[in-house]
Amino acid sequence: MRIGLILQEMWAGIRSNITMVVSIILVAFVSLTFVGVTMLLQAQVGLMNSYWAKNAQVAIYLCTDYSPETACPTGIATDGEKAAVKAQLDSAAVSPYVESYAFEDQAQAYEKFVAEFGATGTAQYITADQLNEAFWVNLKDPNQSDLLVESFSGLGGVEEVRDQRSYLDGIFAFLNAASLMGAGVAAVMLLSATLLISTTIRLSAISRSREIGIMRLVGASRFSIQLPFILEGVVAAAIGGLLSVGATLAIVKYFVADFLATSLAFTSFVGIDDALRIAPYLIGIGIGLAVLSSAISIRRYLKA
Amino acid sequence: MIRLENVSKTYKGGTSPALNNVSLDIQRGDFVFLVGSSGSGKSSMLRIMMREEKVDSGLALVLGENLTRISSSRVAQLRRKLGVVFQDFRLLPNKTVFQNVAFALQVIGRSKAFIETAVPDVLRLVGLEEKSSRYPRELSGGEQQRVAIARALVNRPDVLLADEPTGNLDPATSVEIMNLLDRINLSGTTVVMATHDRSIVDRMQKRVVEVKNGEIVRDAQTAGYKEIPSAEITTITTTTWAISESVEDQE
Repeated sequence: MRIGLILQEMWAGIRSNITMVVSIILVAFVSLTFVGVTMLLQAQVGLMNSYWAKNAQVAIYLCTDYSPETACPTGIATDGEKAAVKAQLDSAAVSPYVESYAFEDQAQAYEKFVAEFGATGTAQYITADQLNEAFWVNLKDPNQSDLLVESFSGLGGVEEVRDQRSYLDGIFAFLNAASLMGAGVAAVMLLSATLLISTTIRLSAISRSREIGIMRLVGASRFSIQLPFILEGVVAAAIGGLLSVGATLAIVKYFVADFLATSLAFTSFVGIDDALRIAPYLIGIGIGLAVLSSAISIRRYLKA
Repeated sequence: MIRLENVSKTYKGGTSPALNNVSLDIQRGDFVFLVGSSGSGKSSMLRIMMREEKVDSGLALVLGENLTRISSSRVAQLRRKLGVVFQDFRLLPNKTVFQNVAFALQVIGRSKAFIETAVPDVLRLVGLEEKSSRYPRELSGGEQQRVAIARALVNRPDVLLADEPTGNLDPATSVEIMNLLDRINLSGTTVVMATHDRSIVDRMQKRVVEVKNGEIVRDAQTAGYKEIPSAEITTITTTTWAISESVEDQE
């Protein structure tokens, strides 16, 4: 059977079943968008892991006048205590693990705070002496932050030793939970897309039973009888896949790149290139699903 | 050409067999009527010949293919050499006469050039060349059946199987259709036709196989219903089959 005729048969099937085909497109679109968002979330987790592995620092916060007494019983850190911390950083026990470190005084901390949150917001109620002086330490291996926590926590004049990455634990937990939820919704939606494709093929076969009967009697091959039906599902799922690619691109462009990346500058975000990278997977999953479900339902409804 | 040997068939859920130990031999160029009341089993025999149904036991040979063990791709190939006509015509309402006939060739991948010559040829044979761009609803019953016959013949089959082709037609139109089938048979195509129309069978003077309750009760070369004793038929057919089989072996 010629390809033109197969396409003609497929088109006839789509036209006679247009509402079902539209519902396949929509369900495939929504489910594959969930798949895409889940994949983007996971890409974001990976991205943040590697970003913070490179950029995360460990802060050794020194005591201020406002520090809680449990951590700083003697009040603000003295020059001697600061020198002791610096000496510890340079010591043979610690220095092999340290890439570099820098001291930040209260004035610098205030500048950074203003730069981050703006002069008009919270900064109005904050004065420089409320902020901690700190040693910012870059480790050779960012996973060894426990070492610094242990060796500096008990030191006089040190309020707290904090690995910046610990602030991210909550964000990672949130992203992973969102991924799981997205994957769950995607799985349910993909299942309903599969069932919908199978039902549509059955309806399509019923509405064209006369053609099918004639094709079988004149000796058309099983493949050429079944192909238009398979293509019908494949085309609908592929259109849904294309729409989901468009949706993920739009999410990345308008939500992530234009909104999140400008308002939350603390990390790098997934970009258009990541969305393009997952596009073939979305279309591939859609088509694979259509082939699978039509192959199953054709066995049941289109015996040749 | 076609041979059934001790064929039995019971449909799912059926209590009595549709066919019970049926044997039949049809030679190239034969014109055979299968007669009997509805439910007698004549349609089942046709359905087995076109491999719409499988036999439960026994042997079914059509055009050299053993239908008891044939792959589905071979079934498709076999059907290209069988023409089939039904009582209800089975035309596609949204296609013209030409398109209906051409459809049978398109779906088996015949070339456009072949279709352009074969379809007008066969429409001329059935006398419908003037109406090739009409739709089935614009045609009379007899004309619709002639389109169906044209579709069955367009790929030049060796055998034409017809299941009650005159069942929906008035007597005068039935005669036209029978004359057409006779002409097709004279040009060398084997015709097997199931019918319960006595008058047609009487008029045509062809071989008659009568089926009753799934069994063949009469197999007669009718010349005014003169019956050939069944023992004689068996010998004749067995010998000729042996010859045709040995020819096949050489191929």
